[in-house]
Amino acid sequence: MERIPILRMGRILLVTIQVDMHDQLALQLQDDLTARIVRDRANGVLIDISSLDVVDSFIGRMISNIAAMSSVLDARTVVVGMQPAVAITLVELGLELEGVRTALNVEKGMALLQEAAA
Amino acid sequence: MNAQGRLDALEELPLRSGEDVVRLRKAVRDRAVALGFSLVDQTKIVTAASELGRNTIQHGGGGRAEVAFVSDPRRKGIRLEFIDEGPGIADIAQALVDGFSTGGGLGLGLSGAKRLSSEFQIESAPGKGTRVAIVRWKPS
Repeated sequence: MERIPILRMGRILLVTIQVDMHDQLALQLQDDLTARIVRDRANGVLIDISSLDVVDSFIGRMISNIAAMSSVLDARTVVVGMQPAVAITLVELGLELEGVRTALNVEKGMALLQEAAA
Repeated sequence: MNAQGRLDALEELPLRSGEDVVRLRKAVRDRAVALGFSLVDQTKIVTAASELGRNTIQHGGGGRAEVAFVSDPRRKGIRLEFIDEGPGIADIAQALVDGFSTGGGLGLGLSGAKRLSSEFQIESAPGKGTRVAIVRWKPS
């Protein structure tokens, strides 16, 4: 079955979304990530969405869910690389990514997670 | 539903599954690029299409989308119409309120898509299905 790969670097899980996800694929990623947080004892999740040219309310909700679930599991989530056009559209759509921390790029996101874990 | 302006290159896409929504987003993106929409305008119309396509599947039990170029003497744009024969909407005004949802979602689909469009029309009644049409004009 089609899946978004999850990489591990130390105690941080790294996801780069590079395909236009259909809803089922997004839900699968949400399940896979929560399972991996527990299995790998991760304390951070970094989601790179720089290749995503659309974030609609469904994908937005998935991102919020991942942040909420990881927080319950004692891990932090940072979303990095949102394209400016996507950010503008999200605001007009009325979507607030509550509880989701963002950073401009992977490097800054990693720094944020490492700082929080230190 | 009556379209304002002339329609060109009308294409019909089925809406039954999540993969169909991905294909719809691609088709709308291609149209927006062909018309020379800015990146932000491309993103807005594709996002609106995604929200309404998902509504057709989740609330309408599936249906179809009609994608077309639209033009009048002054401007060009993209017109999308979403058609289902589902249960219909009893209270359209309520369905357009931010946060109102019967599908367990965020309730931003219809209201958000309306904000992302230049024009928005909806026709629905209980038992009669739903038709939603949007237009996004290219700013001249």
